[in-house]
Amino acid sequence: MTPDSAKQLQKLGYDCAIETGAGAAAGFSDAAYEAAGVEIIKTPAALWKASDIVAKVRQPDATELKRLTKGKTLISFFNPAGNEEGMELAKSKGANVIAMEMVPRISRAQKMDALSSMANIAGYRAVIEAGNNFGRFFTGQITAAGKVPPAKVLVVGAGVAGLAAIGTSTSLGAVTYAFDVRPEVAEQVESMGAEFVYLDFEEEQQDGAATGGYASVSSPEFREAQLAKFRELAPEMDIVITTALIPNRDAPKLWLADMIAAMKPGSVIVDLAAERGGNAEGTVADEKVVTENGVTIIGYTDFPSRMAAQSSSLYATNIRHMMADLTPEKDGQVNHDMEDDVIRGATVAFEGEITFPPPPPKVQAIAAKPKETVPELTPEEKRAQEIEAFKAQTKSQVSMLVGGGALLLLVGLFAPASFMQHFIVFALSCFVGFQVIWGVAHSLHTPLMAVTNAISSIIILGALMQIGSGSFLVILLAALSVFMAGINIFGGFLVTRRMLAMFQKS
Amino acid sequence: MIGFTTAAYVVAAVLFILSLGGLSNQESAKRAVWYGIAGMGLAVFATLIGPGSGLWLLSLILIAGGGIIGTYVAKKVQMTEMPQLVAAMHSLVGLAAVFVGFIAHFEIGNVAAAASTDDLGSFAKLIAKKSPAEIAFLRVELFLGIFIGAITFTGSVIAFGKLAGKVTSAATKLPGGHMLNAGAAGLSFLCLIWYFNTGGFLPLMLMTLAALFIGYHLIMGIGGADMPVVVSMLNSYSGWAAAAIGFSLGNDLLIVVGALVGSSGAILSYIMCKAMNRSFVSVILGGFGGTTGPAMEVEGEQIAIDADGVSAALEDADSVIIIPGYGMAVAQAQQNVAELTRRLRAKGKDVRFAIHPVAGRLPGHMNVLLAEAKVPYDIVLEMDEINEDFPETDVAIVIGSNDIVNPAAQEDPNSPIAGMPVLECWKAKQVFVSKRGQGTGYSGIENPLFFKDNTRMFYGDAKASLDTLLTMIS
Repeated sequence: MTPDSAKQLQKLGYDCAIETGAGAAAGFSDAAYEAAGVEIIKTPAALWKASDIVAKVRQPDATELKRLTKGKTLISFFNPAGNEEGMELAKSKGANVIAMEMVPRISRAQKMDALSSMANIAGYRAVIEAGNNFGRFFTGQITAAGKVPPAKVLVVGAGVAGLAAIGTSTSLGAVTYAFDVRPEVAEQVESMGAEFVYLDFEEEQQDGAATGGYASVSSPEFREAQLAKFRELAPEMDIVITTALIPNRDAPKLWLADMIAAMKPGSVIVDLAAERGGNAEGTVADEKVVTENGVTIIGYTDFPSRMAAQSSSLYATNIRHMMADLTPEKDGQVNHDMEDDVIRGATVAFEGEITFPPPPPKVQAIAAKPKETVPELTPEEKRAQEIEAFKAQTKSQVSMLVGGGALLLLVGLFAPASFMQHFIVFALSCFVGFQVIWGVAHSLHTPLMAVTNAISSIIILGALMQIGSGSFLVILLAALSVFMAGINIFGGFLVTRRMLAMFQKS
Repeated sequence: MIGFTTAAYVVAAVLFILSLGGLSNQESAKRAVWYGIAGMGLAVFATLIGPGSGLWLLSLILIAGGGIIGTYVAKKVQMTEMPQLVAAMHSLVGLAAVFVGFIAHFEIGNVAAAASTDDLGSFAKLIAKKSPAEIAFLRVELFLGIFIGAITFTGSVIAFGKLAGKVTSAATKLPGGHMLNAGAAGLSFLCLIWYFNTGGFLPLMLMTLAALFIGYHLIMGIGGADMPVVVSMLNSYSGWAAAAIGFSLGNDLLIVVGALVGSSGAILSYIMCKAMNRSFVSVILGGFGGTTGPAMEVEGEQIAIDADGVSAALEDADSVIIIPGYGMAVAQAQQNVAELTRRLRAKGKDVRFAIHPVAGRLPGHMNVLLAEAKVPYDIVLEMDEINEDFPETDVAIVIGSNDIVNPAAQEDPNSPIAGMPVLECWKAKQVFVSKRGQGTGYSGIENPLFFKDNTRMFYGDAKASLDTLLTMIS
């Protein structure tokens, strides 16, 4: 809790209390808290007793858990997967426990994702620590005293920490490379200004989205290809920052002894996975070691604590957002809604029950379905299909010709000769018509209709030929026909012209 | 003079064929219209100075009078009203065919009554030379001409009414349904036999009434979205009517042009039916065929989006495909669509249009609307040309179309439109659907596209929605 977040919490209707001197390391004095209306309590025991909701950073120990009572809520990092006793204890006390690392990775919950906040700090700090132990500039310079080449930085694992490291490193001016087993992050890496290291490896790679945006274990062949690539890069790199972690497993060994040996003296390796055994061989957790060939390996695990002010304010904000979600009414009353995906996911103990592990969230991180493949036809099958189609076409054409011919002959037997003459003209025109119309562009079908409309007014000829007849009725009908056809001729052609004039090429 | 007239007819026929053939592309089409006009002018001129026609001053005045009306209409008509105009013009051709048929009938009567051949018109002189068998055959021809012409006339009037919104566009039938049509057709056939034997006026008149009824009732039974087929069918009929009259008058030019127009309309109908994967008969008899099983359940929900979201997605997109439908024509949104296209293209984005053959109410309707709004025709593509490009497209925008983008046609074998070729817009990375509300389309089929993960519904009147969108994209 920071003085700022305390004010926000008070707006949600809560009274805030803090242990004396809690903010000292992060630069927040007790006076600042008091000014923000926070009660300062002398001992932890009294604080636990006085509060209904306790927010903490580190995993609580047994003594602390014993102080919980029914109805109290603890918000903290809890490591539920490896903290069976802790959960049992919380269960026996009937308290509700929200584990901050269990906040699901969905967009809505990003504001309370403390892991991301901390990873962000770790990534930044890793570059700063590396620079602290690296004897040269990050950025390339051409000075009066000679040319300085830029430092080359390789970031392994482009998660939140990796991306933060990439951003920091590129903004310091280093040439940055990044690698990740999930090829879909290449775009994010490149957007941060680093170069993504691609492997020449053909494998149906598992989509990271299926595992909620985390990396998963890769195949031995893939690992070999990956290590070969690292071996190739090792001599060139000045700084290597490894952030590769797989959930609930030891960190994979990615930067082996021979690679370290191949690196230039003075190079720095920062191993952010040190807590889980480290990605580099030779990493010692919480320590800085220098190898025989002068490569520094940093295995600190407390990067967030090294930036206490920043991490406190980020964590306090995460907690505040969590509280806001727990208090939808803003009335200072916790509404522990187990139907809510985020709250349900993060809760590991609730009213005397252990609720870990949570059911999978209803919303997937990124929905991407595997593509279905359509079986390709072999050339023989295709050929067979073509022959089949050709045969069917021939058959239908021949039968139509025979049928049509027979019908024609039948008509010819009965119809007078003058009719047959006209009939030849008719049949040929139909044929010409079919051939011509098939060639008309689809986009010009409307103009086609308008123009055929206009020319079908050729019926006017029939009227004109007969208008000269003596009978009044005939003249009247013919005159009407001529008039209507006249409308059609002009209307049809003009509207066609108007339409065609509109069609323009870009 | 007969030789000259015949020669002029040959030239006119060639010009008409060139005129239709020239429509194969947009540039040659502009020249092709002039061929058609020249052909028509030549044919009328040759007939006027040809044998037997009198009263040519009256004829010229009438043509000029009709021409003034025609010119006025052609200049005033809105491009969205094109389907109505085409239907109205069909009805005129149909009615003219009926009249000309009647005239021919009277002339045959006059021949029989006249004492000498001197006081007869040119057509009558022609008849006078014919044998009784030829006269009988001639009766069949003009009977057919009147029959088709009458169907075309009432059919086109109803189609006009439906397209103009003056008659309900829903499919309505009188009690008795298609039996009434069949009865009227049977009556017409009886009249044909009667007329063939007697040559009296009564059977002709009876048949005309029956045919008028068929035209009315048939088209009333066909719904609005099937109008592309109906209009092209009527186009075809008006051609066949002219050809039949040509037979009875013994005029080859009428036959040639009638056959050209008839086959043109037939091909258009065929293309339209194919695009809906339905047989011609099923369209004409109206309604969709019965389903063969329960329709696939549609899962998910329709997710709405506002103009902000659409504009943000468009800013990010490199390639956009717009799929217009009848809704765009109804909302008169083509100018806004064109403006959106211009702005997106100015930003260097690849914008194209995908046109389904039956989009709109007339074959090629969308193309004309887009052309009116000055969308260049080379970015307006047919379904077959563009369907494969959807997977590489960032954003597909569906404006006022429904059934032609329905994935059920491919995914659900029980769907009434199963097998109909559709635009596969759902394969694009993101789909926006501009639509008035949550209702189904003309066919009444639920559209699973609206429920897909990558689909966002942009509710509202197409024109208003695009107006808002345009304020955000500069």
